This record gives sequence, structure tokens and C-alpha cells, in this order.
Amino acid sequence: MSAFWSNFVIVISAAMMVACLWLLFANAKGVTGQTGEHVWDDDLREYNNPLPRWWLNLFVLTVLFAAGYLAFYPGLGNLSGRLGWTSRGQMEADLARITASRRAAYKALDGQSIPELARNPAAQSLGRAVFMANCAGCHGADAAGAIGYPNLADADWKFGGSPEAIVASITHGRTAMMPPLNGTLSAQALQELVDFVPFWSDETLPARKREAGLRQFAARCSGCHGADGRGLAALGSPNLTDDIWLYGGGRERVRQAILFGRSGQMPAHESLLDADEIRVVAAWVYGLSAHDGAAK
Amino acid sequence: MAHDSGTAATAIRYEDRAIRGFAVMTVVWGIVGMTVGVWLAAQLMWPALNFDTPWLTYSRLRPLHTNAVIFAFGGSALFASSYWCVQRTCRTALFLPKLANFTFWGWMLVIVLAAITLPLGITQSKEYAELEWPIDILIAIVWVAYGVVFFGTITKRTVSHIYVANWFFGAFIIAVALLHIVNSIAIPFSWTRSYSAYSGATDAMVQWWYGHNAVGFFLTAGFLGMMYYFVPKQVGKPIYSYRLSIVHFWALIAVYMWAGPHHLHYTALPDWVQSIGMVFSLILLAPSWGGMINGVMTLSGAWHTLREDPILKFLIVSLSFYGMSTFEGPMMSIKTVNALSHYTDWGIGHVHSGALGWVAMISIGSMYALIPRAFDKPAMHSIPAINLHFWMSTIGTVLYITAMWSAGLMQGLMWRATEADGTLTYSFVESLKATYPFYAVRLAGGLMFLGGMFVMAWNVWKTLAQPAERAGTLVVAPARESHA
Repeated sequence: MSAFWSNFVIVISAAMMVACLWLLFANAKGVTGQTGEHVWDDDLREYNNPLPRWWLNLFVLTVLFAAGYLAFYPGLGNLSGRLGWTSRGQMEADLARITASRRAAYKALDGQSIPELARNPAAQSLGRAVFMANCAGCHGADAAGAIGYPNLADADWKFGGSPEAIVASITHGRTAMMPPLNGTLSAQALQELVDFVPFWSDETLPARKREAGLRQFAARCSGCHGADGRGLAALGSPNLTDDIWLYGGGRERVRQAILFGRSGQMPAHESLLDADEIRVVAAWVYGLSAHDGAAK
Repeated sequence: MAHDSGTAATAIRYEDRAIRGFAVMTVVWGIVGMTVGVWLAAQLMWPALNFDTPWLTYSRLRPLHTNAVIFAFGGSALFASSYWCVQRTCRTALFLPKLANFTFWGWMLVIVLAAITLPLGITQSKEYAELEWPIDILIAIVWVAYGVVFFGTITKRTVSHIYVANWFFGAFIIAVALLHIVNSIAIPFSWTRSYSAYSGATDAMVQWWYGHNAVGFFLTAGFLGMMYYFVPKQVGKPIYSYRLSIVHFWALIAVYMWAGPHHLHYTALPDWVQSIGMVFSLILLAPSWGGMINGVMTLSGAWHTLREDPILKFLIVSLSFYGMSTFEGPMMSIKTVNALSHYTDWGIGHVHSGALGWVAMISIGSMYALIPRAFDKPAMHSIPAINLHFWMSTIGTVLYITAMWSAGLMQGLMWRATEADGTLTYSFVESLKATYPFYAVRLAGGLMFLGGMFVMAWNVWKTLAQPAERAGTLVVAPARESHA
């Protein structure tokens, strides 16, 4: 701020404090137990008692504290205060302290692979903390997901469940896109798909419906979901042959998906988390599906 | 207005029409606003209570709750008591009584428009200033009319000195006009959308200059005016100290204006503004307490009256809550305390110790004193019912604020807890889960307070059904004193 505005702030702030003290001392004295001459509304009167001493002292103390505080902290315009304190400085000092303790914690994990980290209790605790602070908002505190947000605690993976695939998903994010097929499908083709896809894993589905559905599927869906309907990790297209439904199963939800498409977005975290954090959270997620006996 | 010429005195008929409307609507809007509040408290426990309906969601009902209790309930109480007080203490009828009636209907229209637009999601997104620009203009017009009636009445007073309650009402009217107009300046984009004239940190600062002074002038100065009239009236003793009222009045209105930045600690607001906001919030402690001392000390020598008079209990206990929350406020404005309390339910607890304990209870006590007089009834229908209402309000408030203090303290500690490795110990959801028991206690407190309002509604209903005691309010004014 310019010197003019800085001086303006200094002058009015100091003047306010001086004015408070003047107001106090100019009016402190009074006569106990004597009412003024005025009467309002038949019976409203006023005593003119002196200001209570403790109250006056409290008032003076707060003004003195204010003056002292402004001598040590920024407040009076451009004057930075004797301590040179800034909120940014405080934040940086706190961050440096946390970063140092975090570095020490991660140093102990150096050189361990993700499956190893998934079995290491210290790494699990770190990974869980990163997950709760960054991932639980969408995937849930239990990592079981929600409509549109994949369950990370089961063995079903859209983009692959290998350590490398999980790290890549977290680091760079993922985009999944089911295009809307509205207008490209006849009503009959749509009905055949809707009568089949949600019930793929249902062995009691009549063969006639399965055949009609498979025919439509081969023509329109297999490009992304694979000829066997098990999905492609490269595209993140889900496996339709199991009974796990990211956007909900059943005729209506599937009809909606076919007609209007779906899009999923896992944001990239490379600018939010550092490589160490990504490794421990990936290991924690990897451990959830209990690969090779990693602790739950 | 009837003027009977006397030898040295003039008979005055006070203009109480608008007062009667505002007094009854205080009770009605109190019930409406607090019902929405209780519903929101329940939604925090059972989110399904929004029934998947957009206009019943928390985000839309929350501003409806705050606007209804502050401006509809509190505002109606302020209009009623200020119109009542200014006529009696100036010994003259209201200036332009038709304009006073306009302020009643205008204010009701504002409230109805708020109750329609806020659930529809039409908002400027400024806390306590959510209403869109056409309603803002209506508010400004009604408010200026209010000022004309009030200061017009002061000008034509027949007593020489202006009673202290009127200073506070006057400061409240002037400051609220200033705050509302400056903060609401916006560029209209359509009838239901506008852009604030300010941007970024400046917008935030203007908003909290408004927001904090809405607390200072609407919820403090205005209600202190109510206190300065109804407490000595009800006790029947003189105000404790005239000079204390002078000192704390000028200090209060001068210092409040500086305190807004404490709402923006540790934000993009420059450090120096934050410091100034903090130190003046601390200086505000003594001026705030001046009003409490003057009210409570007025009772010295007459403490026994508290036993018999539940209206006085309302007034005096409201002053205790006032003292408590005006101590808490300066403490919360200290940066290190604020770092713990900000964004937690502690803030909600603080606000409600002021809103329920101070604002609502002083309004309720004042309305119990005013309503029988304004409607020419001998007394309130049931004194035990007032006593019951008093205890429901007090217990409800204590349950509410202790629950929110505890919840806030817990949330603040959970949010800042870190492991040795620097990671957060708890996720946000974990702190939310831990808050549920406190939400249950808060809901119980809110229900109890709302239940008290229904007791009041019944009591007011029965009072109004009594036969009138005398026709019209007719007093004899003294011969005009010289304005020395």
C-alpha cells in the first residue's frame, strides 16, 4: 500500500484508541445514587453513578493490549511489527516442520516394492492417512465406492489392479467414457440389449434372450467391452459379465447408460501428492484386495 | 391523532397500529424461523429429511432460517419496540403513522419474498445478505421510511432530552441502512441474478464488514434499545448509570465498525487488516459489557422481583447470555483461538448463545411486556405459562450451546491432529461421525426452544381474546419543555 494509505491507517487506528481512552477518562466521575432531573414516560429515570472501576480498568487494559500487539505484529499500515511475523511465514514454518517429520517417516520405507509396503504396518498407516485425506471423499472411508465411483476394496478393476496400474491411475488420473448411443439404435436393438446385459451373469436367463442380446452386443458394444464382454483395462471399459455395476445394475440403469452414455473422471494427483505419498496410498489400496496375503 | 386542547397540556393518542402488527408477527415469524431451524438440525442427523427435493435441501433452507429469525422475528420485535419506545419517551405520537403502516406491510412483503426466493435457490450468496437486488431495493425503501418515521418522531418530541434507548434504536437504523446499501451494491443481470460490485478479498471484506455489523447494530444496538426501555420499566427503578450509557454507546458504535476482519483470519485478507480486526474486537469487550452492567445493575436492590416476575427473568437472563457471548466473541477473534474455532460448530454455538440467549429472550420478554399494553388488555393471560416458556427457553438454549461448543472444540482438535509423520490423524468424515451425538443434543435444545414459542403463541392468543380494558392509549403530555 502507498505511503499515504499506510499513514492514513496508522493515524486513524491510533486515533481510535486514544479516543476510546479520552471518552473513558472524560466521563469516569459521577455521583453515586443520584438521579438526573429528567423523567421519561412517567417513570423512566437515570442514576448518574460513576463508571465501575473494574470495568474502566478492563477497558484500559484492552486498549493497552491492542497498542502492544500492534507494536509486535503487522497492523499499523505498512509497519511490519517488531517480530516480523507474517501469516505466510507461519504457514511456511509449520509446513517445513511437517515436511521434515514426513521425510524421516518415508526414509524408512525407501527401496520397498508396493507389495512389500502393503504388508508393512508403518506404510499402511501412512497410506490410510493419505487415502482418508484425499480419496475417501469419492471412494468412501471404507474404499467401497459409490454409484459412479469404483469399489477399490474388491478384486474388480477397471484400469487394472497391478501395482504399476494403480500408481498410474493415481498419478495421471483416468478418464472413462461410454458414448451415448441414442439415435443409433432401433427400439428393438435397444430392448434386446437391455433384456440381456444386466442379466449376463444370470444363468437362468432364457437362451433366446441371451442369443439376441449377444448378437446386438457383438455388433455395437464389443469394440470397447471386448468380444467376451469382460472389458478392456486400456479403456477402462467395465466387465459386464459379472454382477458388479459401477452405475447400478438392472434394466433402467443400463438403458440409461446405453442411451445417454456415462463418463467417469479420476483426477490426476501428481500435483497434489508427492511420489512417496502415491506409493504408500497405492500400496494401501493394493493391500485391500488381499493380494498374496497382504494384511487387510 | 386526536388533539384535545388543554390549559397547559395536550392529550396525545399514540399510534400503535403498526406496533400491534409487528408484535403479533414477532411470534408468528419466531415460530416459522425456528421451525425451519429445527428441521435443519434434524437434516444434519437424517439427511433424508430433504426428501430429495431441491427446495427442501439444507443449502436453501439454511439462509431461509437465518433470514427468518434475524430479519423477520428479530426485525419485527425491533420495529414494534422502537415504535413503542420512541412515542412514549418522546411524549408524542408517531410521525407519519401511515408511513409506519407502510413499513409494516413493506417488511412483511420482504419476508414473504425471501420465503419464496430462497427455497428457489435465488441468492446473492452473501451470508445474511442473500436476497437478490429487487428485494434489496425494497428493503432499502422500507428502511428509509422507518428512519423517517423514527427520526421524525424524535424531532417532534415534547420532552427536551432524548432517552438513551432512542440513541441505540437510532444508531441501529442509520447503521443498518448504511451497511445494507453498501454491501448490496450489485450489477443486475436479470430479475433474479446480479453480480456484486466488489470482487475477491475486497468483496469478502465488505461482506464481513456488513456481516459483523449486522450483528453489532441489528442484533446488539437495536436490542440494547429494547433493553434500555423494558428493563427499567419492568423493574420500576432508574437506569444504573447515565454516564456509563454514554461511554458504552459511543465506544460500542465506534469500535464495532472495525471488528469485521476477524471473520477472515488466515485468509487472503492482508495480515495488517486481520490484526486491526482482532485488536478492535478485544477493545469491544468492555463497551459491550457496559450495556449488560447497566441493565443488570438497574436491578440492584430489587432482586426479589426476579422471583415473582417471569418477564423480568427473560430480560435479565438475556443480559447474562449477552455478557457471555460478548466475552466469547472477542476471545474467538484472537488469531490463535480462531485457528481452532473457525469453521467448526463452535461458531454455531457462539451465534446461538447470542441469538437464542440474548436476541430471542430479550425480544420475548419485551413482547410479553408490550403486547397487553399495545392491545389494551389488563395483562398477559397466563403468568405461569410465561414462566414455563422461560424455563423451556433457558434449558433449550443451554442444551443447544453446550452441545455446539463441545462439538466445535472436538472438531477443531480432530481437524488439526497430525501423526508424527505429518499426516492428518482424522479424515473429515470421521469428525462428522463423531459430531452426531452433539447434533442430537442440539436438536433436543432447539425443539425445546421452539416448544416455548408455541406456549407463547397460545398465551398471546388467549390474551388477545380478552375484552379490552380501555379504549385507545391516551396520555396527557406535559407542556413543551424548552430545548435548552
